[in-house]
This record gives sequence, C-alpha cells and structure tokens, in this order.
Amino acid sequence: MIAQIFWHFLLLFGLSPLLLGVIGKTKALFGGRLGPPFLQLYYDLWKLFQKGMVISRTTTWLFRAGPVVGLAVPVLASLFVPFGAIGAPLGFDGDLIFVIYLFALSRFCTATAALDTGSAFEGMGAAREVTFACLAEPTLFFVLIVLVRLTGSFSLGGLFGPALLSGWHTAGPSLVLVLFCMFIVVLVENCRIPFDDPTTHLELTMIHEVMVLDHSGPDLGMILYGASMKLLVLGAMVVGLVLPFTLGNQLLDVLVFALGMLALAVLIGVVESIMARLQLLRIPQLLIGTSLLSFFSLILLLR
Amino acid sequence: MESSANLLLLLVILLNFFIMGSSRLGACIRTAALQGSMLAFVPLLMHPISGHTLFLAGSALALKGFFMPWLLFRAIRQVQIRREIEPMIGYVPTLILGTMATAGAFIFSDHLPLIEAHRGSLVIPGGLATLATGFLMLITRRKALTQALGYLIFENGVFIFGMLLTEAMPLMVEAGILLDLLVAIFVLGIVVNQINREFSSMNVENLSSLRE
Amino acid sequence: MTTLLVLVPLLFAVGAYFLPSDRLRPWFLPVAGFVHLGLVLKVLVDDAPLAVGAWVGIDALGRLILIVVSLLYCCCAVYGLGYLRFRLKWGNRIFVTCLLLFLSAMSLAAEARHLGLLWVAVEATTLASAPLIYYNRNRLSIEATWKYLLLCSVGIALAMLGILFVAYSVLPKEVISLQLDDLLVGAAQFSRPWLRAGFVFLLVGFGTKAGFAPLHTWKPDAYGEAPGMVGALLAGGLTSIAFLALMRVMQIMSAAGEAEVARQAFVAMGGLSLFFAAVFVIKQPDFKRLLAYSSVEHMGILAIGVGIGGIATFGAMLHMVNNALTKGVLFLAAGNIHRRFDSKRRGEVAGAIAVLPVSASLFIAGFLAVTGSPPFGVFISEFTILRGVFAAGNYTLGGYFLLMLSVIFIGMGSTVLAVTLGPPSSRANKVDYQETLLTTGPPLVMLVLVLVLGLYLPTPVKDLVTKAAGLVEVVR
Repeated sequence: MIAQIFWHFLLLFGLSPLLLGVIGKTKALFGGRLGPPFLQLYYDLWKLFQKGMVISRTTTWLFRAGPVVGLAVPVLASLFVPFGAIGAPLGFDGDLIFVIYLFALSRFCTATAALDTGSAFEGMGAAREVTFACLAEPTLFFVLIVLVRLTGSFSLGGLFGPALLSGWHTAGPSLVLVLFCMFIVVLVENCRIPFDDPTTHLELTMIHEVMVLDHSGPDLGMILYGASMKLLVLGAMVVGLVLPFTLGNQLLDVLVFALGMLALAVLIGVVESIMARLQLLRIPQLLIGTSLLSFFSLILLLR
Repeated sequence: MESSANLLLLLVILLNFFIMGSSRLGACIRTAALQGSMLAFVPLLMHPISGHTLFLAGSALALKGFFMPWLLFRAIRQVQIRREIEPMIGYVPTLILGTMATAGAFIFSDHLPLIEAHRGSLVIPGGLATLATGFLMLITRRKALTQALGYLIFENGVFIFGMLLTEAMPLMVEAGILLDLLVAIFVLGIVVNQINREFSSMNVENLSSLRE
Repeated sequence: MTTLLVLVPLLFAVGAYFLPSDRLRPWFLPVAGFVHLGLVLKVLVDDAPLAVGAWVGIDALGRLILIVVSLLYCCCAVYGLGYLRFRLKWGNRIFVTCLLLFLSAMSLAAEARHLGLLWVAVEATTLASAPLIYYNRNRLSIEATWKYLLLCSVGIALAMLGILFVAYSVLPKEVISLQLDDLLVGAAQFSRPWLRAGFVFLLVGFGTKAGFAPLHTWKPDAYGEAPGMVGALLAGGLTSIAFLALMRVMQIMSAAGEAEVARQAFVAMGGLSLFFAAVFVIKQPDFKRLLAYSSVEHMGILAIGVGIGGIATFGAMLHMVNNALTKGVLFLAAGNIHRRFDSKRRGEVAGAIAVLPVSASLFIAGFLAVTGSPPFGVFISEFTILRGVFAAGNYTLGGYFLLMLSVIFIGMGSTVLAVTLGPPSSRANKVDYQETLLTTGPPLVMLVLVLVLGLYLPTPVKDLVTKAAGLVEVVR
C-alpha cells in the first residue's frame, strides 16, 4: 500500500512535466527543428516558483483560488485513477463520477478566475472552454458506461484492471471505438490540437491559453504543473485501456506504465503536427459526432 | 472468417456516419466508393471462395469502387463549388437521426431470425443502418449530387442483404442487378449534369416549381 | 416466341439509334409495334402450354398484359408518327430508341417467371422511360425527370430488398430458387417473419412504380411534363406491368397461406389512393396532372379489387384492360390540346372544341369513360368490383368507394368541361397545330374498343380474363 502511494506520487509529480517535453520534441522533429529540451518544463516550473507575482487590481480571491484548485484537483483525482497495473490507492463504488466532477470543478474555478479579471478576452476563452467541455462530457460518460458494462465494476480501479483483458477478446470492436473516443476526450480536456492550439496567443486560436493570460509567477507555475498532471491522469485511462495486464513485478509495471504514457505523448505530438486546429464551428459537430460514436459502441456492446 | 466479415460491416457502418456528417462533395463520393469497395470483399469472407463469389466481388469492386465515382466526378466536373450547403435539418440532427436509426436497426434485427450458419452476423443491422443512411441523405440534402449519392448508399444497403444469399442467387441475376445499378448511376449522372447546365447550380431547391 | 417478343423491339431500337435520318426514324415505331402485335396475337392463338420451371413463359396473366400493352403501343406508335413530324426540329433519336427499348423491357417483364428477371425488367423500364419524360427539355421537365428517376429507383431498390427477403425465407432449404413455380410449390414452408417483411418491401417497391398513394408523388410531375404519347404509355403500359409484378407477389403470398395479410394490405393501399386522388382532383388547374391523379385513382380501384377477391378479382383484371385503353385516349387527346394552346392550365385553355373538335370530343368521351359512366367498359369493370365488395359484406368500403368515385367525377368534370367547352380562349390560335388522321385516329380506335368492351364482352376475352383472375384468386 505504501509502496503503491510512493510510486503513484513519484509518477504524478515526476513524470508529468516530462510528457509535455516529449510532445514538444515530437513536434520539433516533425518541423525539422531541435526544439526545447525534454526537461524544459522542469526548468520553467523552477523558475516560475521563484518569481514574484503581478496581480490585477480588479481581481478577488477567486483569481488566486483558480490555480490552487487547478493544482489540487489532479493530485486528488490521481489517487482514484489506476496508473497501469499499480492500481489506485483509494477507491469506492461510483468514484468515476467523483473524478469526472473533480475535473469539472477545476475547470469551473479556472473559468471563474478568468472571468474575475474583468477582461473580455478571458471571458471569451472561458465561454468557449466551457462549451467544449460540456459537449465532451457525454462522450466520457458513454465510454465509462461501456467499461462498466464490460467489467461489472463501478470503481475506476476495477474498470481498468485485469477484467478488461477478457473484455478485449469478447468486445474488441466496441473497445476500439471506446479507445478512439477516449483519445478525443484527452485531446479536448487538455486543449490540444485539433481543439485548441497551445502554442499561439492569437484571439482566433486561443481557448485555454487565453484564460491563463493574466496569471504570473507561482500561480502560472501551479497552472502549468496542474495541466501536465491532468494530462497524466486522463492519459492514464487511455494507457489503462490499451495495457490492461500486469507483469507481476511492481518495478516492471511502473516502467511499462511510464513507457505507455510516453508513447501516448508521442502520439499526441504526432497528431498535433499533422493536423491544424479545426474551424470553431466544426468543433461542436465533431464532439457531437464523437458522442454518437461512443453511444454506438455502447449499442454494439449491448447487442 | 465470420468475425472479419463482421469487422468490415462495422467499418461500413462507421463510414455511414462519416458521410452523414461531411460537407465536402469530393470526400463524400470517395467515402461512398470506399464503402462499396469494402462491401465487395464481404462475400469472399462469408462464403467459400468459388468462381461465383470471385466474379461477384470483382465486378462489385470495379463498379462501386472505380466506375461509379468516375461517373459522378465527371458529372460534376463543371461545377466550381464542391461543398454542400447546410442540409435541410442540419448536420448534427442528421447525425443524431442516423445514430437512432442505427440503434433501431440493431434492435429490429432480433425480429428477423437468422439461420444457424449466419447467427451472430452483423449483416441485418449493417444493412438496415446503411439503408437508413441512404434514405436520410436522399431526403435531407439540397444538392442533386448528394441525393444521387444517397441512392448509391441505399443500394449498398440492399447489397449487404444480398450477401446472405450469394450461393443461392444465380449469376445472371446478380450480373443484371449490377448492370442496372451501373446504368442507373450513369443516367443519374447525366441528369445531374443537365440540372447543373439548366440552373447553373445543383440546388434541388430550384427543382420545386411543380407542386400540387 | 418469347425471345422474339423481347428481341424484335430491341433490334429495332438498335436500328433506330444508328439511323441518321430524323424523318425516317419515326416509322420504326409503328412497324415494330405492329410486328409485336402480330407476335402477341400468334401467342394468343397458339395457346401453348407453360414450361414449368423455365425463366420465361407466358401464362394467362402474361397474355392479358401483353395484348393490352401491345395494342396501346401500336396506337401510340401511329400517333407518334404525327407527333414526331410536328416536332421534327427537336430531333428524335433518343426518343425513338428509348421508346423501343421500353417496349422490349415491358415484354420481358410480362413473360418473366423468375423474380430476379422480373426485377431487372421493371428497372429497365424505369431507366428506358426517364429520357422520354425529358423530351421537352425545359426546367419543369428536368425537375419531373429527376423526381421520377429518384423515387422510382428507390422504389425498385426496395423491391430488390423484398426479393432478397423472400429468398432468405426459403432457407434452410439446400437450393434457393426464385423461379415462380418453385416458389409457389414450396411457399407453405417459408419462414413467416422474412416472408412478411419481404412482402411489405415488395408492396412498397412495386407500389411506387404503380403509383399507389402515398408513393405516388412522382406521378403528377412525370405525367404532367411528359409528351402525350409518353404519358399514355406510362399510364397504360407501365402501371399494368407494375400491377403484374404485384400480382406475382400476391400469387406467392396466397401459396404460402398469407393471403389474408396481403389482401388487407392491398385494400388499405387502394382506399388511401382513392382518398388522395379525390383530394387532389378537386380544383386541379393542370389537366395533365389531373390525368395523373385519375391514374392513382384507378390503381386504387385495382388494388381494392384484388384485395376483396372473388368476382372482384375478375373485375380488377378487366379493369386493367379498360384503364389502359382509356388512359390512352385521354393522354393522346390531352396532348393534342396542349400542343395547340401551348399551355396545360385551366385558365389559359378553354373552348378546345371549337378549334380541335375531334380531340376535344375524345377528351370529353374519355373523361366519361374513365370516371365510370355507362356504356363504356370501365363502368362494367367497376361495377363488377363493387359487386364483389358488397358480396363480401364490406358495406362501409362499398360506400366509401362510391363516395370517392363521385367526388372524382365532379372534380374531373369541372376541369375537363372548362377546358373543352365554352368560347375559345385567346391562346386558341397560338400554335398552328391541326388535327390530322394520325393524331386523332389512334385515340378514336381505342375509344371504340373501350365502348365495345362495355357493350359486349367477347367470349375469348372473357375466357382470358377469367383464367388470369384464376391465377391470382385463391379459393376461399
């Protein structure tokens, strides 16, 4: 149990900044550049936590609370999400809804922090972000319903455990669709291309970036760290779908999980490099299409 | 063999969703052609390979995969605009209707009992879902070409049902059916071209003067 | 003999396509028509027995259809000589070729004894007739052609689905044969859900071709925009072929013991068609679309006749003959009036009797015939059907039938009389189009035939109709 929590926190705090580094390197590779080093985000966090902050006079405590919640939520949520075969330290029946709504809480706090600045720019970003998250939620729910139905467990720990391995044999097509939908959800929730461009700061293309425009110093550091941890936690679900087996040795399991996460980061980098951000009108259509696709995978399972 | 046929049919159903949601005419035509080509392989997977099934698969592949798209592209070669405008009920409602129809197809397939050899096959749900997609495209789209494409998908749906019976249907009849389909698309293509020439657009809303 | 019936028009079609002269080409039509008629008469006289298990063969139902179609075609072909001479500058290569292909396809459908072959033939008639509707080459006719093509192709695809379902219902027998005799023999063991589902699809599919409501929406457009003789062939010939296909379906269902289900479906569709026809005939300004709704009405009457059974089936078979000939009269006469006034609308066309006396009189006589006035044949066949309805104890249906027919009589009469009688409108001399023997003779001949059938039913005809009805009718 202690070892579990130890590995859990090691992966959470240690591996998550590396993911963003891997994504950046993959994109640089596609662009024929050297790109920033793998450990760039570590250096950035170190630098930011030592800087001072500039806080706008129009803001209130909500503005300070946003990044704190943004950091606390992934840490709390990760306690319920199994990291590969390590397993989740905590768990109860129905914790999948708890985790989803934890992320909704963090999104809410980020959005209110953005609105708190009183700038129209951030307000626009907050509106878009909330809309897209709203449209992505049905997908996530249908995916989880499929997994619940397949494994019979209501807890996240049970969903991504060994029961899934037999599920792949009996309901392969359904799980392939679920995997695809889950990947789309990861892209949406973490504001990657094709839903949001994390590298630009132009009005046309910003959603998440615009919300954090006013934060600086440790607040910005907390936001960046929280975002990378969110990527790790949601990505852990995808990796759990693909690698539902255990190797027996805990160290090997950690290694397999870490490699799986890095592979996912490379895949995200590849997707970011070969696609452009979708037209804003098309994003709701794509998200609804994904919801219908996950609904269809449920039908396939129930057949 | 059964499961690979099922996998192909699943892909066909997924392509239905793509066609329903896409607004690019070129992409729609190519996807319909891809769907037809995939369907051409299903008889080979469901029935033992013989001269009969090879002929059927080969001719279906040639017609649905190459000839039809070529004819349809030729029919719109003069059209500058290659995009569909918003269909009469919108893309999202179309997708939702299509999903509900697919769900209904799965539910309804329980009422048609399959013989032992075919149990567990996705043919009936796949066929009904494709029929529904084709029908939806026919009635909700505004461009004559997408209506013709809807008819093509409708025929794909009928073809899926035909797969249950490959051994039984005589060669002559299947050849006749495929030939009829070819000529139908040919004539449709010509008429689309004529519509375009007459109205300088492919909007079927221009074709609504006759009423009552 | 069976191959000749299909091959002769086909060869003429090939010849017509490659002939360079627009003046000589129309002659192919009556020549092919009369050769075809001669072959059909020979078939009737020979009365050869049916080869069981063959893909083509002419049973009593086929003989009836063939003679009707052939007669109608001959009359339209002679009319076509006059019409195409008037439209010489439009060119007629595709027109004549498609007309001949149309005859070939109809013959194939009449003699098909294999469901798949029947389907191919009916689809061929759809494809062959589509270019004919587009002969006028204006916006309205392209709209009509598009709707016709799309709706009828979808209908035919549904019919194909129905055939596949029926074929699947034969399993798990070793060999599935779609040959009609094999189907009739083994029908009792077919799987019920599949057979019923197949029946529904076949009814909808072939019903679209026949023009039952609510699948009739292509009819007013297609019949309204097509040239007169094309309308006559579609209304008289194509509907009879579609009806034949439905009768084959009915044969299979009766053999399987599902006759009740089939009958109820037919009666329902027939009643619905009568209703739609009655509603749209009232205040119909376009007199060619009016004829289309009349066609819907008559298909409804046919369906009711077959659905009731007994003597009403005999009436339905006789009605099919009368309907085809009467529609021929109406469409050819309407075509003449349309050409003279260059319009089809009631306000613009009036007093046709002053400028086109023969055509207008034929139009009025045809209207009286088609709505069931004695002494025309349609009255006899409708009366027989009504007798069957009352004999079955179905008084509400009989009352509904009479009510709809009266409404249609009033509605049609209003438009027809407004178009033909009264002083000539200002458009009367728009086009210099005179009636000739070629354009008035054929409809006159057909009217006389309808009159003869009404006054006295010759024994050979009566025998043929009885035999045809006997094939469809199952002893209750």
